[in-house]
Amino acid sequence: MDPVQKRLVDEIIANWKDKPGALMPVLQEIQEKLGYLPSDAMEEVSRCLNIPLTEIYGVATFYHFFSLKPKGKYKIQVCEGTACYVKGAKRVLEKFEEVLGIKVGEVTPDGKFSIESVRCIGACSHAPAIMVNDQVHGRMNSEKVLQLIKSLK
Amino acid sequence: MAIVRANVLICAGSACVSSRAYEFKDALLKALEEAGIRAEVNVVDTGCVGTCDLGPVAIVYPDGVFYVKLKPEDATTIVNEHLLKGRVVNRLLYQQPMTKEVFPSLSEIDFVARQKRIVLRNMGIINPESIEEYIAREGYEALAKALTMTPEEVIDTVKRSGLRGRGGAGFPTGLKWELARKAKGNPKYVICNGDEGDPGAFMDRSILEGDPHSVIEGMMIAGYAIGASKGFFYVRAEYPLAIKRLELALEQARNYGLIGENILGTDFSFDIELRRGSGAFVCGEETALIASIEGRRGEPRPRPPYPANKGLWDKPTVINNVETLANIAPIILNGADWFSSIGTEKSKGTKVFALAGKVNNTGLIEVPFGTSLREIVFEVGGGIPGGKKFKAAQTGGPSGGCIPAEYLDIPLDYESLKQIGAIVGSGGLIIMDEDTCMVDVARFFLEFTQSESCGKCPPCRVGTRKMLDILERIINGEGEEGDIERLIELGNEVRQDSLCGLGQTAPNPVLSTIRFFRDEYEAHINEKRCPAKSCRALIAYQVIPDKCRACGICARVCPVGAAQGKPREIHFIDKNLCIKCGDCFAKCPFGAIEKVDIFLEKS
Ligand SMILES: Cc1cc2nc3c(=O)[nH]c(=O)nc-3n(C[C@H](O)[C@H](O)[C@H](O)COP(=O)(O)O)c2cc1C
Ligand code: FES
Repeated sequence: MDPVQKRLVDEIIANWKDKPGALMPVLQEIQEKLGYLPSDAMEEVSRCLNIPLTEIYGVATFYHFFSLKPKGKYKIQVCEGTACYVKGAKRVLEKFEEVLGIKVGEVTPDGKFSIESVRCIGACSHAPAIMVNDQVHGRMNSEKVLQLIKSLK
Repeated sequence: MAIVRANVLICAGSACVSSRAYEFKDALLKALEEAGIRAEVNVVDTGCVGTCDLGPVAIVYPDGVFYVKLKPEDATTIVNEHLLKGRVVNRLLYQQPMTKEVFPSLSEIDFVARQKRIVLRNMGIINPESIEEYIAREGYEALAKALTMTPEEVIDTVKRSGLRGRGGAGFPTGLKWELARKAKGNPKYVICNGDEGDPGAFMDRSILEGDPHSVIEGMMIAGYAIGASKGFFYVRAEYPLAIKRLELALEQARNYGLIGENILGTDFSFDIELRRGSGAFVCGEETALIASIEGRRGEPRPRPPYPANKGLWDKPTVINNVETLANIAPIILNGADWFSSIGTEKSKGTKVFALAGKVNNTGLIEVPFGTSLREIVFEVGGGIPGGKKFKAAQTGGPSGGCIPAEYLDIPLDYESLKQIGAIVGSGGLIIMDEDTCMVDVARFFLEFTQSESCGKCPPCRVGTRKMLDILERIINGEGEEGDIERLIELGNEVRQDSLCGLGQTAPNPVLSTIRFFRDEYEAHINEKRCPAKSCRALIAYQVIPDKCRACGICARVCPVGAAQGKPREIHFIDKNLCIKCGDCFAKCPFGAIEKVDIFLEKS
């Protein structure tokens, strides 16, 4: 962590420190602010909340929301929920992989794009749906995938 | 104060926001400004209207005219024609997909006219970000009334109403409250389960986004009834808008003194905290959810003891689903008899369903228990797109089962669905047509539960893996005789021996599709044929020469150069290169590409 990140992490910890069940919200906020959970941040959490580091890793690896590596600048989340699946989400995911040359779970070498598969983003009526950062794009198909990537490059 | 000429309500549910509802709103505000009538027209956000695939949508009151699929460019037309000259803009009205009939007002369209709205009573009517508008619609009156009753009277009312939990299991809510009230231990807690894990469901999200106070009010009444002073909302992290609106609603309720110490001058005090999920399906299970709030891995534990006796931090805890809680205020206000007059003998009230998949009107609907699937799919849902045939509906997500066409007239309630091996579930209702392969659907759900299994108990962890392996073989054309029997046997074992509801229900989609679509499994195994022509290993794409006009589109969209052809010559697909992505099939303007059975074609 650089000093700015460290200060952020310390602030987050200080906010929750005395509440019961603080670990989850603390990790969530760090994930949100930094985009991932750096190992030294988890050490800091362990020290301040007095929770063994192994337990923190246990929690961090259990939930999909947490990531131990940074994600792309454009975080592409392809929904593979039921509604999207029956409307062709598999092909949409494949097309992203094809266009970006990476697999699901990976980041492009320039750090610009990452692809993840998620389960239902609640936009089922616009299936197949995807999310780029916080923006939902509905009724996707191969053509729209191409256009989208072009517009972000 | 200026006289208000009209109110324009814009749906601000997630689906409409994602189809750029706010861009339309900005354009509308600008157009009103330009026309000089900004002060005469109220523009308000409202909760999910339910017609999610028609978004962005807007309703213009006093006439209740309902406009659909709005683009920013349409704003000026609506202002100039409708708001200034009083002429309804016909081209922006809703058109019934099958009959092409045009409907001017929201209440008339079959999608809405067929519904009965208790839980969704405020959707499309109030602004979810305004507590004043909630209060104006009898909001928090039920809380005030409950506080004049004894906790036992409140519990008795909920019991007599017949309300059952909407989170999936259908446990009687009043009974659950009674158990927690009688349980020893202090403090007690109320938790609202907003984890909504079923991948294809969005009822709870829409309720939290569209009418957060109704859920808060229900939770507070639950708190009063069981003698709790603290409540938690647990909402999945994938729902940022729901979280934002809920946070705002909590703050407003606190400022009004509706949450806090000595509520409404009584000695009842109650506080509410919001916690977010972190993307683990199993955390929707109540004991796992509790572990997650406590800051641990969300692993379930065996029950009993039930949370009513030993829940959050080992204290008596009532955990209820979002929709369950949203039913409470109307029950307290209108009485148990009113509620129990709706629905069927053992399933009282209404159910909210998230209608999605291969159906014309996808979106959020609320119907009385006992409504038939046929009414939902063909009347409320407007039928199947593209003139395709209805094949099955899937309810209850990864824990549920399917309902085939021969049961289209079955009344949807807890008992009837159980009889045919399906469940009401939390309300996800996915419609499938003839192009959906039921073996692949079973594989899809099992892959889901397999990857979401927390790994704590072997029957679930190992059993689902074995079943998934078999299904994958079948889909790849490597199924063997006896596979169906093996699936049934494994399924029964996983059902019986798993620790929590996730494993106990994981085999359901497989067993249910075997029950109704055994012929599809057999076709895959014995003939290496996929009747829906969906499994890639079992199909090939080819050009129908008579239909090909040599337009070249297939060659252009093909990602691997398999679709080829010279200008003005009939095109063809090189089967050795083809990866069967289906892009050419989807794009060909002349329908000149077909899917064929690979093994038939070989002979
Ligand atoms: C694997 C699994 C996932 C579940 N997911 C949810 C969920 O997302 N939302 C929910 O309300 N209940 C879910 N439940 C049911 C809860 O355990 C619990 O029964 C429910 O929240 C009780 O509330 P109710 O009585 O109001 O339905 C799930 C159960 C299991 C076994
Ligand atoms: S299934 Fe994809 S958004 Fe719900």
